[in-house]
Amino acid sequence: MQDLSTITDAIHSFLLSFLPGWLTTTVECVLIGVGLLLVYSLLALFYIYYERKVCAAFQCRIGPNRVGPWGLLQSFADMFKILIKELIHLNHIDKFLFALAPYLVIIASMLAFAVLPWGNGLQVIDFNIGIFFLVAVSSIGVLGILLAGWSSNNKFTLIGALRSGAQMVSYELSIGLCVLTMVCLAGTMSVGGIVEEQADLWFIFKGHVPAIIAFVIYMIAGTAETNRGPFDLPEAESELTAGYHTEYSGIHFGFFYLAEYLNLFIVAGVASLLFFGGWMPLHIPGWDSFNHIMDYIPSVVWFIGKAIALSFIIIWFKWTFPRLRIDQLLSLEWKYLLPINLFNLALMVCIIVFGWHF
Amino acid sequence: MIALDIFGITNNGLLAITALLTGFALVALAMWIAKLISPRSFNPQKGEAYECGIPTRGKSMSQFKVGYYLFAILFLMFDVETVFLYPWAVRMRELGADGLISIAVFFGVLVLGLVYAWRKGALEWK
Repeated sequence: MQDLSTITDAIHSFLLSFLPGWLTTTVECVLIGVGLLLVYSLLALFYIYYERKVCAAFQCRIGPNRVGPWGLLQSFADMFKILIKELIHLNHIDKFLFALAPYLVIIASMLAFAVLPWGNGLQVIDFNIGIFFLVAVSSIGVLGILLAGWSSNNKFTLIGALRSGAQMVSYELSIGLCVLTMVCLAGTMSVGGIVEEQADLWFIFKGHVPAIIAFVIYMIAGTAETNRGPFDLPEAESELTAGYHTEYSGIHFGFFYLAEYLNLFIVAGVASLLFFGGWMPLHIPGWDSFNHIMDYIPSVVWFIGKAIALSFIIIWFKWTFPRLRIDQLLSLEWKYLLPINLFNLALMVCIIVFGWHF
Repeated sequence: MIALDIFGITNNGLLAITALLTGFALVALAMWIAKLISPRSFNPQKGEAYECGIPTRGKSMSQFKVGYYLFAILFLMFDVETVFLYPWAVRMRELGADGLISIAVFFGVLVLGLVYAWRKGALEWK
């Protein structure tokens, strides 16, 4: 397996050869920032294209096919279009909170984005409580959405924001408990540690029934958490025009759009981290030559491939199921997912403590 | 085999601040570019709240259904529970059966809380 930290170490020693220590650290932080920014924007653009193509395939259409080869440049064109749109100044809004909301949404997703294990030695933030940090920062996003809805001074946005708040905090619980179930299995909260634990076999195979139940619940809760799919009540266009971002225009609206797609990637990335080994190649105990061949595929390809495959499932949800009502949505979480999740956690704990496995 | 620190920076707080500033810079930069190149026009009608064509009646920052608040309270209870369970989950194998029993009591009380809320009808959307 190629260790990507050799590249960063080479850059580090190159910089250190002519710069003092503190300046080197500063330059490296700027490099990390620029890298994050580029990957973040490119992934968002890719996801916009991907979603449109997948949606088109489900509806027997072609999708974007005019701008660039296979319509690949369509999302770049969309981005420039959104940049040159007018930012409308509204009269009765709370100006400070209105401007603050996109910052919170983007910062929350950027912090969660930085925790993801991109590859062997290619991970920006690695706290020893990494996965907990990820859950914590990704829940800041709901504040941004609530502020956006409240500060816009519009009834549609207020209802959209409240629905979104109720939905996101409810499903946050399921995500927290699924993560907790997998932390029990891993015995560590560090993202690198969780990946390392899956070196012999991915958790979805290692964790028996509880891991599979946790995976299914995680995918449902993750879809709800990103305000997508059958759970897109906060922006139900037939009743609330555009939900909490009705009053945002131009690039201001674009931030919410960007964060939504990035959250989709983050949810899929965390699913791949917890259940499919992050960047860890598929290893099967005993099949040494197979494991060796799998090691030749770069770790970055593994991680992004898994995340894109899992986000395909989430996009599939969106274009297959009809939208839920708010009472159905809340009873799904509180009366079905939460009890199942608590039971699943107990099951996982019993399996580990009493050794009911292989 | 597994390398963790990028560029050998071991201070994760610094990296977290870098990511935070990156997020901030993304929004600030895009807003700046948009302000430079986007067109501007002035019309008193444009600043009005988005509605179906007539002015909004009453205040928009008004009272809303208490049900949302109820779910937020329930969320708080269970989320704090999850926070307490995390440290135990990490050390679970070392703590063994003793730890399991003590956490089972805590867990049981919270499940009772959910049962109580359910029986009281707090989970119904009325």
